[in-house]
Amino acid sequence: MSRAPAIEAVDVSRTYQLDGVSVPALRGVSLTVEAGDYVALIGPSGSGKSTLMHLLGGLDRPSGGRLVIGGREVGTLTAPELARLRNETIGFVFQAFHLLPRTSAVDNVALPLVYRGVSARQRRERAAAMLGRVGLGHRLHHRPNQLSGGEQQRVAIARALVTDPTVLLADEPTGNLDSTTGAAVLELLERLNGESGVALVMVTHDAEVAARARRRIAMRDGVVVADSAAESGSTEVADGGAGA
Amino acid sequence: MRVAEAWRVAWDALRANRMRSALTMLGVVIGVASVVLLVAIGTGTKQRVEQQVEGLGSNLLLVVPGRLDVGSAPALSPLTLQDVDAVGRVVGDPSRVAVTVASGATVRAGNREDFTTVQGVLETTPTVFAREVARGRYLTGSDVDTGRRVAVLGDSVARSLFPDREAVGQQLNVAGVRFRVIGVFTPLGQSLGVDRDDEVHVPVTAAQRLYGTQRVDAIAVKAPDRERIDELGERIVAELNGRHPGTEFSAVTQEQILGVLGDILGILTGVLAAIAGISLLVGGVGVSNIMLVSVRERTREIGLRKAVGARPRDIGVQFLLEAVLLTSAGGLTGMALGVGGALLVAAVSPIPAAVTWWSLALAFGVSAAVGIIFGVVPAQRAGRLDPVVALRSE
Repeated sequence: MSRAPAIEAVDVSRTYQLDGVSVPALRGVSLTVEAGDYVALIGPSGSGKSTLMHLLGGLDRPSGGRLVIGGREVGTLTAPELARLRNETIGFVFQAFHLLPRTSAVDNVALPLVYRGVSARQRRERAAAMLGRVGLGHRLHHRPNQLSGGEQQRVAIARALVTDPTVLLADEPTGNLDSTTGAAVLELLERLNGESGVALVMVTHDAEVAARARRRIAMRDGVVVADSAAESGSTEVADGGAGA
Repeated sequence: MRVAEAWRVAWDALRANRMRSALTMLGVVIGVASVVLLVAIGTGTKQRVEQQVEGLGSNLLLVVPGRLDVGSAPALSPLTLQDVDAVGRVVGDPSRVAVTVASGATVRAGNREDFTTVQGVLETTPTVFAREVARGRYLTGSDVDTGRRVAVLGDSVARSLFPDREAVGQQLNVAGVRFRVIGVFTPLGQSLGVDRDDEVHVPVTAAQRLYGTQRVDAIAVKAPDRERIDELGERIVAELNGRHPGTEFSAVTQEQILGVLGDILGILTGVLAAIAGISLLVGGVGVSNIMLVSVRERTREIGLRKAVGARPRDIGVQFLLEAVLLTSAGGLTGMALGVGGALLVAAVSPIPAAVTWWSLALAFGVSAAVGIIFGVVPAQRAGRLDPVVALRSE
């Protein structure tokens, strides 16, 4: 195992200031996401899993501890540097899709490439190719309001992967979808995880969804209460299981 | 993100909200259009007045008692026809000297009457003031010397008193005294709302008898050459000061009159532009308001853009460009409307309007600047949004 971990968190904490009162959301979380990992992040509301998700995605900085994403220490980065780190390393999939309205599927998918300085033609080519990989090659110029929920989430997945990130963070990706569509989206995510070796970290309430992950991290009151990888004492399964 | 890309993003965002963009632009459109139109009217009026003052005849010196200044009260004239002769001797050519003694009077012909300005003048008036007679003839030296009761009518007076007859040869009653019409002037038209054809010229001697005075109101001199016009003015003033100790006289040239009028009209134009500028400012506040609403409304979009790698600067630039694009497009539309409005005003109303390049450049520059100034705050707010909070907003 020579590859560096995609994300490494050591004793990470995050405290919010609400009306002058300090509210701890995370109190010392340590975990490692390896390249190609498939992790389900579970826990009740208020357990801190969303806060952890934001930190792992470089949307937020920890109040304490050490957080390294893609080999870079998040606490030392400026806002523009953090933006670039997100662009190059992380892909986000949200429960509510978060597609730009009145904007075609291909332009939605191409959006991250805009901030990477890729030319308009190349952007469209790569976005179209990515939409093909998620099975929407025939929907390039449809707008979000012309697409079904499942199709919209596929567009969002294509957008997350068009930059070829090392980690795909999915926050309740099936939460707004019916079970059949949700299952199809989940299969797509798993297929892409297997094909491209992108690590998949998924926040979910759904026990069935969580059961399909190779690794489960359970949270409660801002700490990790269970980590199946830590229990097995190995994360080798991530690489070994990718092709299986 | 490259600049061309940023423009495209801003353009797409504005196009996606067509109605709101158009309404926001409207404030700027009205502001810019009114600046351009009002400055055009001010400038056009100034040009018209300048043309008319120059149209009085070239190398003209007006000799009046008192001072010619903005706000100074007209002085009672002590000048008489003997002074006019003296001025003629100073000039060396009496035919270059004209006088006026003017008063408002009611003129009648048959059962028609008109209130007009009756001017007592010398036979030199057409030479000095470049006036032309359309029909009949002007006053002669002998008319003036003998105080003959003859009159030359302005075009308006002739039309009003003799609507269906030739005026020349008719009888006219001025303040109870009968005069015979010997000529009608070529029309001059309107100037600043004043009808310049609403006047009657009679021999100065007849007018003095009519008004019961020995005075004349003012003397006008057509100087032989432009170079020595100021020196001639000084000599005339010195002569008159010698003849009337204790009274001040001024000899003013067209340039000086133009200067005074230009100052007044310049102030007027400035005031008009300032009023229009206020509406441009209000338009700018509207842009700022809409941009703030837009930032709030598109918080999730901002959050998403940040999540996929937009730097704070990229977001700020996008919103700033949106504001600049709005006000620039509004500015261009306003310029087109202002120019169109000015052409329309000049074509269908007696108000003159002349579009100036500087007002166009100023209006466009100000509207673009308004976009930057009023776009900065919303843009900074957008750029600084916390992506976590932004993504969570509804």
